[in-house]
Amino acid sequence: MAHKEVIFGLYSDEQDLLKAIRKAKSSHLDIMDVYTPFPVHGLDPLLDLEESRIHIAGFIYGMIGTLTAFLSMTWITTKDWPVIFGGKPYWSVPAFIPITFELTVLFACVGMVITFYIICGMGPGVTNPTLDDRITDDKFCLAFDKAHVSENDARALFSSTGAEEVNSKTI
Amino acid sequence: MSSPVSLIREPLITGNKTYHQITEDLISPTEKTPPRSWIFGFMVAVFFLAVFVFCVGWTIYHGIGTWNLNRTIGWGWDITNFVWWVGIGHAGTLISAILLIFRQKWRTGVNRAAEAMTIFAVICAGQFPIIHMGRVWLAIFIFPYPNTRGPLWPNFNSPLMWDVFAISTYFTVSLLFWYTGLVPDFATVRDRAKGFRKKVYNYLSFGWTGSAKHWQRFESLSLVLAGLSTPLVLSVHTIVSFDFATSVIPGWHTTIFPPYFVAGAIFSGFAMVLTLMLVTRKLFKLEDYITIEHIESMNKVILLTGTIVGVAYLTELFIAWYSGYVYEQFAFFNRALGPYWWSYFGMMFCNVVSPQLFWKKSWRRNIWLTFFLSILINIGMWFERFVIIATTLARDYLPSSWSYYSPSWVEIGIFLGSLGLFFTCYLIFSRVAPVVAVAEVKAILKSSGNQYKGQSQHHDDHHEEVHHDHH
Repeated sequence: MAHKEVIFGLYSDEQDLLKAIRKAKSSHLDIMDVYTPFPVHGLDPLLDLEESRIHIAGFIYGMIGTLTAFLSMTWITTKDWPVIFGGKPYWSVPAFIPITFELTVLFACVGMVITFYIICGMGPGVTNPTLDDRITDDKFCLAFDKAHVSENDARALFSSTGAEEVNSKTI
Repeated sequence: MSSPVSLIREPLITGNKTYHQITEDLISPTEKTPPRSWIFGFMVAVFFLAVFVFCVGWTIYHGIGTWNLNRTIGWGWDITNFVWWVGIGHAGTLISAILLIFRQKWRTGVNRAAEAMTIFAVICAGQFPIIHMGRVWLAIFIFPYPNTRGPLWPNFNSPLMWDVFAISTYFTVSLLFWYTGLVPDFATVRDRAKGFRKKVYNYLSFGWTGSAKHWQRFESLSLVLAGLSTPLVLSVHTIVSFDFATSVIPGWHTTIFPPYFVAGAIFSGFAMVLTLMLVTRKLFKLEDYITIEHIESMNKVILLTGTIVGVAYLTELFIAWYSGYVYEQFAFFNRALGPYWWSYFGMMFCNVVSPQLFWKKSWRRNIWLTFFLSILINIGMWFERFVIIATTLARDYLPSSWSYYSPSWVEIGIFLGSLGLFFTCYLIFSRVAPVVAVAEVKAILKSSGNQYKGQSQHHDDHHEEVHHDHH
């Protein structure tokens, strides 16, 4: 992976961070990423992040689950090994509903969680570079890639918006 | 956007916390030597876990003839315990999923521990149907996999089969939901840790960075998982109730069972959450995060669900009389006044009468009364399942086969042992993971922290501003 020279400012209040982002946008500085200890409301529209489509993936996984459950039960009870239970028809659709529902939920959830970790580049034992240990504690971080934003511009922005610390790191 | 904060609402975080103080308070229990009471509790729990292992081993070695079940009463403490434990699990999902959808902020203080409780309760529940099979090594036969026995498939028309799918789906989904919520908090632990501890938590935190896009996906995922868990949790206890309701035994064959079981499950689950949280907040000094306001909110849920359960009991009695069906009438007469009358009255007292005390506000906010009642409700809900299962079977269609049942020492040992299994898991969890969701508490600090109360107007202006900028 190509290394990135990152310059980042740490804020201790999310409102200061939001102000800094607005200012960076108005001065056309290309924000690399923003790191926060918790989801900050109002951040997504400021960063022009599109709504996550993970729920669409979930719907598709759910449909796969529905079909898997219903079609397997249909095949098993009518084609592979038909057995009469309690004088009911082989193809007892109402009795298939509970399992069909459960597998729909199971496929949707497992599929979405796996998708989430893959698209975020996360997983058991994965180590992603972090800029500062306090980002998961109480600091809000605004980061610029030095390849796109000059160090002077970044420092000027940080000092005018009240960043507590400005640091550089190669990740 | 966070909703405007009503001044009438009490703060959910007290003690003028800062973000850093929240991290300190909630992460430090995983970093320090545990308090002596924790060590003592852990030893007791492990002792009972050993009892569980021994009694289950005894059952598997000698067969379920070591239990006092007989030809008339084929389900006794085993299935009672199964239904009881599954029910307890339901409160965790209710808090984490349904209250998330309803945007109830008080859930943040208790959701992590409640979800953990769900997972451990479902683990305990899952033991019982399996050991009840007798030949546990054949438990794999319940799964539909291509096999050399035909292939002979399980009976998909059977509610017991639906249970297999419901419970295993419920366990998997709860585990994923819980763990995904833990990942950002494990990252917080990781970033404070050194040496070997850092390696362990680095592994557990899956490489979380806190990037804005990841948070956005995380929130989206949580919301959809909550949306899926809500019908799931309702379906699980509905299907458990089908184990009884689809049979032809008077007293079991009732359409009221699904809603009645679900309400009872939430009722008993909240009682267990309260038992656990009252101890946890004391043990780890979390009074600023699990406040009296949290306890009162949970007591309101207990009052509501307890009353629903009471109405269900009375409805059953009324319908038995109103149906004009003598077998149904006998089943309920027998349930209340037959050989197990004591468990019926125990159930009525613990589940219907005792929670009515919570109509009084000062009693809802009384910690000792809450603790006492939470234990009482757990006992009452155990009685409820016992009443439904044992009293109904004891007086079946043929008076010549009527029977009575009381458990053997093995069955008592397995039940007490399952409590040991549960508390061992819970106590280990309380040491390795933050028992309160750190990131979620930080996210509500500005709207529910005590020092921010009265400034809500200012915050609303701010949100307005953000909004205008965007347009």
